[in-house]
Amino acid sequence: MPEPGDRSVVPEHTVESVETKGTGLDQPIGWRELLRDFVKPGRAQVVFAAILLVLGLGVAMQVRTQAQQTDYTSMRRGDLVQMLDDLNSESRRLENEIAGLEETKRQLQGGADRERVAKEQAQRRLDVLAILGGTAPAQGPGIRIAIYDPNRKVTPELLLNTVEEMRDAGAEVIAINNTVRVVASTWFSAGPSGLLVDGHLVTVPISIDVIGDPHALTEATRFSGGLISEVQSPRIAGTVTVTTDDKVTITAVITPAVNKFAKPA
Amino acid sequence: MFAIVGLILGIALGIYLEPTLPVGLQPYLPIAIVAAMDALFGGFRAYLERVFDDRVFVVSFTSNVLIAALIVWVGDQIGVGAQLSTAVVVVLGIRIFTNAAAIRRSLFHA
Repeated sequence: MPEPGDRSVVPEHTVESVETKGTGLDQPIGWRELLRDFVKPGRAQVVFAAILLVLGLGVAMQVRTQAQQTDYTSMRRGDLVQMLDDLNSESRRLENEIAGLEETKRQLQGGADRERVAKEQAQRRLDVLAILGGTAPAQGPGIRIAIYDPNRKVTPELLLNTVEEMRDAGAEVIAINNTVRVVASTWFSAGPSGLLVDGHLVTVPISIDVIGDPHALTEATRFSGGLISEVQSPRIAGTVTVTTDDKVTITAVITPAVNKFAKPA
Repeated sequence: MFAIVGLILGIALGIYLEPTLPVGLQPYLPIAIVAAMDALFGGFRAYLERVFDDRVFVVSFTSNVLIAALIVWVGDQIGVGAQLSTAVVVVLGIRIFTNAAAIRRSLFHA
């Protein structure tokens, strides 16, 4: 196939036709002639324009395609292998980091668990001690004792004995008249107007609410020489009723005094 | 004048219409572009040397593009497509430089 730039294979008639146009020059086309042809286009330039249009279209398409492609398609194999190696080592490094962080997370979770368990245990002990110390209301199964003492013959000793008997029988919380919580420091005495418990006057009838095993507590009031027999003896001539209750609620609490001398050792 | 208008129009069409070539033909577009550039330089050289001929130009343009694409296609079939496209680009590049040198001599006498 002849080429446009190859003079030797251009058919004779082309040369003739060019020469018969009247230019008649063997000299190449100069700037002036080029400018004239540029301003007054001929058929050749229309063909050129068509080819250039196709070329421009193709270049635009190719540039757009090239811009859409990722950079990796134009890379050499060695570069790609190098990049793959880099990515692999980076991936290993990140996996190690993940493992380390997981370990840290596990440790922290374990620490948090231990802290939570310790907190729960402390809370349980706090609850137990609050009930024991009488600083918190309590409820549970137990008995209610009512002592009717028309002759005002009940002595502080009898009340103290009763409390001791209740404690022997496993009483956990004791309150008198539901106003005085019986705790370690509770004292019993007799004042001019009647019995005093922790400084409170005990009104008649005396009611004692006890939380504990109802059966054992009831038995503890009945034995010979116990509360019931004492109160119903001729000396006091009172009456006692003991009722068991599945839910004895004791709302009487004490406000703990600040220790003046004792400190935690 | 028409030539410049044609080039600009082609680029504008390519940008704004966003025509897409079938995927199968895409590897041959760059080769076809290089072949077209070669034909254009050759045509301009022939024009400067007063031997330009429409028919020869169109036929040589078409055949150059087709042959270049065909060579690369055959190369792809036999597994040396990348090397053959390099070869085609090198050959066409040499021709472009040769034509450009001739054009330079015609216009600048240097």
